Amino acid sequence: MKTVFCDVAVIGSGPGGLASAIAAKQNGAKELLLIERDREPGGILLQCIHNGFGVEIFKQDLPGPAYAQHFIREAQQAGVSMLLDTMVLEISKDKRIIASSKTNGMLAIQAKAVILAMGCRERTRAQVRLPGSRPAGVYTAGTAQRWVNVEGFMPGKKFVILGSGDIGMIMARRLTFEGAKVERVLEIMPYLSGLMRNYVQCLQDFDIPLQMQHTIKRIIGNERVEAVETVAVDDHWSEIPGSEETIECDTLLLSVGLIPENELSQQVGIQLDPLTAGPFVDNHFQTSVEGFFAAGNVVHVYDLVDWVTSAGLQAGESAARYASGKLCCDEKEIPVRHGQNVHHVIPHFLDINSLKDGEKQLQMRVTKPLEQPVKVQVLDGTELIASRTLPYARPGEMVTIGLKEKHMEQIKNATQLVVQVIEKEGSK
Amino acid sequence: MNRDRKFDVIIIGGGISGCMLARFLSRYELKILLIEKESDIGSVTSAANTAIIHPGYDAIPGSLKAKLNVAANPMWDQLAAELGFAFTRHGDYVVAIGEEELPKLDILMERGKQNGVPGMRIVDEETMRKREPNINPAVSAALWATSGGICDPFGATVAAAENAVANGVILLRKTAFLDFIWQGKHIIGVKTNRGDFSSRWVVNAAGLFSDEVMHLAGIHQEFKITPRKGEYFVLDRNQFAVNNVLFPVPSDISKGIMVTTTVHGNTILGPNAKNINDKDDKENTKEGMNEVFEGAKKLVPEVNPRHTIATFAGLRAAGNAACLTPGVDYQHDFIVEIPEEVEGFINLGGIESPGLTAAPAVAEYAIALMKEAGEIFHEKKDWNPMRPARPQFRHLSHAEREELIKKDARYGRVVCRCENVTEGEIIAEIHSPIPALTYDAIKRRTWLGTGRCQGGFDLPRVTEILARELEIPQTEVSKKNGASTFLLRPTKDTGGEA
Amino acid sequence: MNTQNDLKPDQIICVACPKGCRLNIQQDGDQVLVTNEGCKRGVEYARREILDPRRMVATTVRISGGIHPLLPVYTAEPFPKARIMDLLALLRKTQVQSPIQEGQSILQDALGTGIAVLASRDM
Repeated sequence: MKTVFCDVAVIGSGPGGLASAIAAKQNGAKELLLIERDREPGGILLQCIHNGFGVEIFKQDLPGPAYAQHFIREAQQAGVSMLLDTMVLEISKDKRIIASSKTNGMLAIQAKAVILAMGCRERTRAQVRLPGSRPAGVYTAGTAQRWVNVEGFMPGKKFVILGSGDIGMIMARRLTFEGAKVERVLEIMPYLSGLMRNYVQCLQDFDIPLQMQHTIKRIIGNERVEAVETVAVDDHWSEIPGSEETIECDTLLLSVGLIPENELSQQVGIQLDPLTAGPFVDNHFQTSVEGFFAAGNVVHVYDLVDWVTSAGLQAGESAARYASGKLCCDEKEIPVRHGQNVHHVIPHFLDINSLKDGEKQLQMRVTKPLEQPVKVQVLDGTELIASRTLPYARPGEMVTIGLKEKHMEQIKNATQLVVQVIEKEGSK
Repeated sequence: MNRDRKFDVIIIGGGISGCMLARFLSRYELKILLIEKESDIGSVTSAANTAIIHPGYDAIPGSLKAKLNVAANPMWDQLAAELGFAFTRHGDYVVAIGEEELPKLDILMERGKQNGVPGMRIVDEETMRKREPNINPAVSAALWATSGGICDPFGATVAAAENAVANGVILLRKTAFLDFIWQGKHIIGVKTNRGDFSSRWVVNAAGLFSDEVMHLAGIHQEFKITPRKGEYFVLDRNQFAVNNVLFPVPSDISKGIMVTTTVHGNTILGPNAKNINDKDDKENTKEGMNEVFEGAKKLVPEVNPRHTIATFAGLRAAGNAACLTPGVDYQHDFIVEIPEEVEGFINLGGIESPGLTAAPAVAEYAIALMKEAGEIFHEKKDWNPMRPARPQFRHLSHAEREELIKKDARYGRVVCRCENVTEGEIIAEIHSPIPALTYDAIKRRTWLGTGRCQGGFDLPRVTEILARELEIPQTEVSKKNGASTFLLRPTKDTGGEA
Repeated sequence: MNTQNDLKPDQIICVACPKGCRLNIQQDGDQVLVTNEGCKRGVEYARREILDPRRMVATTVRISGGIHPLLPVYTAEPFPKARIMDLLALLRKTQVQSPIQEGQSILQDALGTGIAVLASRDM
């Protein structure tokens, strides 16, 4: 088997992978290989043909492919080498990657640093354990999106969508655009799991009914989906007897969550956070195994692609520095923990000295919607380090707070930082 | 009748029993037709079961089931070697939880000895905890039957059928048996949806439908198959896995909900047991899930529904053979007979668990009955017992993979990322001796789409490959047959509607 | 947040930011009175939404000679909401030829709105 050598290898060419490849190249990684399993770079952005990308970075409202195109071009200009249509099969702790492809056969890649940018996969029917028969016509929203937008096929004409995630709502509009009827969108939670903008522009605009606290009780049909039986649930997700309704449809789309794709990370022995299903990372996006970095949705599920790009840029810079021996690993890193109302915080560890290079963002998801003004607080025990007020906080939108150089003194002796989101006193 | 429609033996039903019998009969100078009503062989009970090669301590001593189970068990090593399907033999365990279950192990041990099961021993709690660290800490002991094994049951069915076809058996899928053709009390052929076929012998290997077939043959009118549905839950091997095949001590009605490893490394939980009326009902239910997980937790407390990556339900062809007590399932014996009332008819009925295990012995037994009935068998000079397995990328070494890709570059493109199934493998199955023509047929043969993403990524690729290789539009590619198509129309074609 | 289709006829949800305030609207000809707004952007949003609602439109057109059969396209600026279905009907009949550059105009002046339809990627 042929072995090629490189400074930095990036696995995955979605927004996280592209940004990290560009940043690694710009920060001195001479030999860089970007490995992509699809036939072209860009990742899932290529099927996200809707607008809403780039508002933070470009101050422009771009469709997914245009956002990807920008970084693909930049990567090409930066001299990033791409191995397309190539599947990574194995990675070992010593950063040897085994991949296969039609054109190169089996190939070994020996890197000095590795950036994991494999993204997410969608939660499936089995993972939410939907009862009923198993006919054709039950697809994840992303699979349907690929078919409709890229491959050029409509999977059905009468749809029910389970889950009010962004991809689900966006697909509801997309299918309507192409002449299908979306009978209903169901959400098991009492609140929207995607963005309000998508509710208004994808469902409300087209009079597509959204039922909160509803789920699928049974899928009906032996060959192809013929109907679904829906049911209302209470606050504990228990089905409410008597609320069942049968909706005729030929397709059920699932938009019930994303899971970071970390099978390769697990092979390496990288520790995963059970809360995010992604690796534990520090603010350099280095994982628990030295020289392995992680960028984008492989770490945790982002709400906006712009933040994926920022994370990728950071991971790329760190990996390039590591490959050239300039990223020190003996710096003191303080654990960052999730406190009240916070599901998880990224990064899990903070390299205090890096605050000298600029503000570092802590990114989190809250556990439940808080519709009143809230305070985002970083604490060392009972001592308040940083605080920020927001008009509200919802699980569908990432919450951030920055730590700056001025906080260094206060936190240098901390054993851990706790981040919480609490309702602002006195507010209604 | 034209020559192409005249056979020596017609087998009704392409499950493991029918395919194994076809393979065993294919060594003789016989013209054999195997008909299957579904679009693929082995796609009903043989595709959805626990995949265990049972030692034979369950069956009632003296029963045909006990005899054929114990006789068949040692045949599987050679079968797997000749036919190239996945099989391993590490024994199975009946696990007693708490002191009160210990006496049941002795009963099973005693029954196993009466049935002639070799290599059974009791292992103590400490050994059991060592061998299966996830076991319920309250384990008191286990019966280890060293002859227990696991296989790929669908793989075994396809392999047997392919070997039969390679040795001259004609297989017709989507061919449904409708009725017999009679000459006096002699069955001389069958009517099907594809016309009539004549034959000297007709074999009922119709599994779930074996009762209906034998009623048409005029025998055992009181015999009825009551489908017993079992739900199964497959766990992500990266999240949680056991190393062994673990049974609970059996209840009076069932072998119980087990926790077992598979040849693919995933752990399977199940089955529960629910008698139903509809032979097409393979639905998973919420109640079934709760029952299976509750049952599995008794053996392995740590199993978690969140680790589920796939669910399925299988129907066991449970018969209530008239000679046995109705309602007491494990007493149901197999029927393998040439009934006196009808000539030219071989009847396999009520082949419920351990029907997979017993299949090769059932085949031999049926052949013995035919000999007794005067059939003279001549061995083919050129019979080839070997059916080499096709390459499976994920099981190959890097060097083997490299060689394979050099010969055919399509083996370099991985289509299914969870199970590492390549385009080359998919194409090989589409053009195999029993072509895989649907997504499910490819899935069962290659194991693609069975992993964590459940086909989310590979499905668009596979529909494209199937369409290309079969030279059909993608909108005609289906999950299991004609009506179960995945795609309605091209995005930009609204069929005249705006 | 309530999104169970229980908006009153004189309410709209503001999407000027992700918060999603419910704005009360009273319209009198060209005059739009907005109450219950969270901020000034909401008033502006409501006025536009009532008088001239527009949306960014993204869809696909057929392409020959490309790596895929469809080319993603989008409107260069928000498009009059009432005419979106007409635009989609027009684009459904549109076919282009590879190569196409990202940002290239597929339609210069869609339905006389003066709004261009652009390619979302190279193909």
